[in-house]
Amino acid sequence: MTGTINLKLDINGRSRELAVEPRVTLLDALREHLDLTGTKKGCDQGQCGACTVHVDGKRVLACLTLAAQVEGRAITTIEGLADGDGGLHPVQSAFLEHDAFQCGYCTPGQIMSAVACIREGHTKSDNEIREYMSGNLCRCGAYSHIVAAVREAAEAAS
Amino acid sequence: MKNFSYLRAHSADEARKAAALAGNMVLAGGTTLLDLAKCGIAEPDTVVDITHLAGLDGIEVDETQASIGALARMSAVADHPAIQKAFPAVAESLALAASAQIRNMATIGGNLLQRTRCSYFRDAAVFPACNKRHPGSGCSALGGVTRNHAVLGTSDACIAGYPGDLAVALVAFDAIVHLGERQVAVDDFFQLPGNTPDREHAFERGEIITAVTIPASAAARRSTYIKVRDRQSYEFAAASAAVGLELEADGTTVRDIRIALGGVATKPWRARTVEAALIGKVLEPELVRKASLLVMEGAIDHGANHYKIDLAPRVITRAVLKMGGLA
Repeated sequence: MTGTINLKLDINGRSRELAVEPRVTLLDALREHLDLTGTKKGCDQGQCGACTVHVDGKRVLACLTLAAQVEGRAITTIEGLADGDGGLHPVQSAFLEHDAFQCGYCTPGQIMSAVACIREGHTKSDNEIREYMSGNLCRCGAYSHIVAAVREAAEAAS
Repeated sequence: MKNFSYLRAHSADEARKAAALAGNMVLAGGTTLLDLAKCGIAEPDTVVDITHLAGLDGIEVDETQASIGALARMSAVADHPAIQKAFPAVAESLALAASAQIRNMATIGGNLLQRTRCSYFRDAAVFPACNKRHPGSGCSALGGVTRNHAVLGTSDACIAGYPGDLAVALVAFDAIVHLGERQVAVDDFFQLPGNTPDREHAFERGEIITAVTIPASAAARRSTYIKVRDRQSYEFAAASAAVGLELEADGTTVRDIRIALGGVATKPWRARTVEAALIGKVLEPELVRKASLLVMEGAIDHGANHYKIDLAPRVITRAVLKMGGLA
């Protein structure tokens, strides 16, 4: 009954086929089956935001999403953010410019969350940025630089 | 996590039939179910994915009520202009819950069914005794670390707190949970633990939540949700209050008031004694402070959670005074 199921996932504009157990999360499918290791596994329980990806343009947690659930949806990971010519996404550039990370482990999730946060328009003040970025923990404590990077990228986008 | 089968439901009837089978569990946003599966608490044979069902995610607001489809995401309801206008406490309770990512995933129906954050309930390997998981096995929280446990609505069998925010606002404004044709008042939908803490909702196997409706009222239009917690964001409530207020034409006398508490009880807790003490009275701070204390009549603390008995009435007071323009 349980065995494996065949899935066709739309990831970063490409169709990817894989055979996985039904319990496999989108996070494990990306990292363990599709070699897309940019999306990070932190707590694996929905508490840290390191696994943030976009599904149909909305930021979600890949660790609490079954791969099977998002068949037919458009998935974007950190690998799909930059343009095809290798240029960085403006939010990636802002993170570099503001030194918005230390160890870097939470950074892909922070950036995916920040891109969505800016798109949602939740960047009207530093307090609003902090509130709407609160689902992404940074244990190095680079928060003040992260807020600065998001603020600048939001201003540049408006 | 135990392996399971995956079934994508293509109609509500198919979902109900599949959900009726013992061992099967309905999967919506997944933020509770997959979390508990990883904890080894939820062990479904098959997850029945209802997120691809059409027509269950609508949000409609008119002069009489709001009707919210069970599959509407928390973020969609929180950001909906008509909900923000007619039911500010509902929108605020959602905006202050979880994180932006989780609010994009979790559905309104699933939100109502979220399980307690009792750390003993969540850790079956270390704490096998839990009356919620295994009726009759005992309660590991009694005599344990109880800082986040309930002080209202507890029993000898269970002191696990209800963790949600939205349902607190829904209880304040007499929302109705729709289970297909059947309708249940939200206050009755959540059950006290009593001797059966494993039974949390007035809900039969094979039923699925299809919608939540909230009657419009002057009190709902003038409402707020205040949440006090250990950190400023992305944290469960130490104590929270949903308050709606309607004043007489004199602008000071209470015509209608709705008050419900979160973070302190085993279910979303309507504070009817406080409401009764304020209706018909001229709103003033000392009266509100005294009336708010009534909610804690019968409260039982377990040491580390004693602070909630002091905190919750203060949260009510703050919310009422804010709505009355007195704070």
